[in-house]
Amino acid sequence: MSDIATYNFAYLDEQTKRMIRRAILKGIAIPGYQVPFASREMPMPYGWGTGGVQVTAAIIGPEDVLKVIDQGADDTTNAVSIRAFFQKVADVAVTTETAKATIIQTRHRIPEYPLTEGQTLVYQVPIPEPLRFLEPRETETRKMHALEEYGLMHVKLYEDIARHGRIATTYAYPVKVEGRYVMDPSPTPKFDNPKMHMSPALQLFGAGREKRIYAVPPFTRVVSLDFEDHPFEIQTFDQPCALCGAAQVYLDEVILDDKGGHMFVCSDTDHCETRQACGHRGHLSPDILEPAQ
Amino acid sequence: MTDEPLLRVTALSKYYGSRIGCEDISFDLWPGEVLAIVGESGSGKTTLLNCLSTRLLPTSGTASYRMRDGQWRDLYRMSEAERRFLMRTDWGFVHQNPADGLRMTVSAGANVGERLMAVGDRHYGNIRATAVDWLGRVEIDEARIDDEPRAFSGGMRQRLQIARNLVTGPRLVFMDEPTGGLDVSVQARLLDLLRGLVTDLGLAAIVVTHDLAVARLLSQRMMVMKDGHVVEAGLTDRVLDDPRAPYTQLLVSSILQV
Repeated sequence: MSDIATYNFAYLDEQTKRMIRRAILKGIAIPGYQVPFASREMPMPYGWGTGGVQVTAAIIGPEDVLKVIDQGADDTTNAVSIRAFFQKVADVAVTTETAKATIIQTRHRIPEYPLTEGQTLVYQVPIPEPLRFLEPRETETRKMHALEEYGLMHVKLYEDIARHGRIATTYAYPVKVEGRYVMDPSPTPKFDNPKMHMSPALQLFGAGREKRIYAVPPFTRVVSLDFEDHPFEIQTFDQPCALCGAAQVYLDEVILDDKGGHMFVCSDTDHCETRQACGHRGHLSPDILEPAQ
Repeated sequence: MTDEPLLRVTALSKYYGSRIGCEDISFDLWPGEVLAIVGESGSGKTTLLNCLSTRLLPTSGTASYRMRDGQWRDLYRMSEAERRFLMRTDWGFVHQNPADGLRMTVSAGANVGERLMAVGDRHYGNIRATAVDWLGRVEIDEARIDDEPRAFSGGMRQRLQIARNLVTGPRLVFMDEPTGGLDVSVQARLLDLLRGLVTDLGLAAIVVTHDLAVARLLSQRMMVMKDGHVVEAGLTDRVLDDPRAPYTQLLVSSILQV
């Protein structure tokens, strides 16, 4: 980094950070409640994680170790850019290892490696309002949250079952936080919903364009909504990761050729690499395939 | 039937600035009774209906409602949460335009089931069975349960809106021109259906209409409004057969004979 004093530490000015921290504290005090905040213009377009970046900028300190993931991967454009951004404007240490990070900014995944006390997970949220596509009026949805009128959320799940025979919502699956607020867990796959329940880590959600911050404090009850005769279920995969052989993890489908060839690999790249370093192998691992050739 | 009314309205007035919406309206509504409010456009009948259903707050006056536990409650002193709960359980509101009362982007079954889910029903099978039952009662084919109301005709939409309102077994239903915008044969069928449901369920209803035939068919009692005031009130047959106020006489004589 050059010596010229260009930006304040972590890009945002101290007053802005203070404002965001107040919103975060309020969010933590009322788990699942969407706190409005004066979202700033960030040097990246809306939809690229401006909310998450502002939350991270407000809580990061020089001693923190930052990890950024995008769909579970540390090496995609969005993750690399945000990591580089904080290296430049805050000069903080970065890592790809879940266990070593103190702050993990994420888009779409909760790491497979269990989070621990003291870690903070920052979600980038596109649409914070779980009722949005059923009730377009913001005044009305706020009132529904205030009065705990959540029948409408079940209308959506009813529609799923009526059309598909089962609850077909696979991501942004609505949850009830600490028995009170219904919350959109951002577009994470519902596979990750159980990890939010009683998590020892602090979970913060930032929506930059929609100007909302919400939070799930450590050890908070997070329950996925369902029907008595159609209980909540997470996705299951009928084969393990092709590279590290892991089962019970969330897998991405990767297309291999134009003849229908495909494989399923861990969406969490750090988890996959750690397992491979420990000697775990899947059926498409390079060192299993190469001797055969 | 009890000897106490269900709704008691005293000196209700609503002003829009210096203009009168409705002024000094008092009446009692008894359980199982259908009251028609008739009058020309701009006579204040919809203002009155909106005040009674708490969609609008009156300028002065009171309206008390006898809750299911027998307690009398002042509608305008209830908390918003209580009012909204009342509106989706013990009350119904049938809009003139079904699109205002329905969720047009979710299926007919979900439209009927919404109130059940709002009061805490969490069993998909039961909700669906109730929806099927109610669609049958309002003469909508069970096969249409997963269709959106957008695919329904005007008459079907209106019947769906009625089913959606009645599913929680309300005691009082407000209707704003329930047959407006429907052609006469569909109107006749809807009125027939409404009359049957109101009698079977022992519903009390307040029906706003400009159509005297609707008042004649549905209601036992009626109020005639003009310029925000009630000019005549009484048993429907009496008012229509022997109108006393000059305005009512004019209204009755304006009906076109075919």
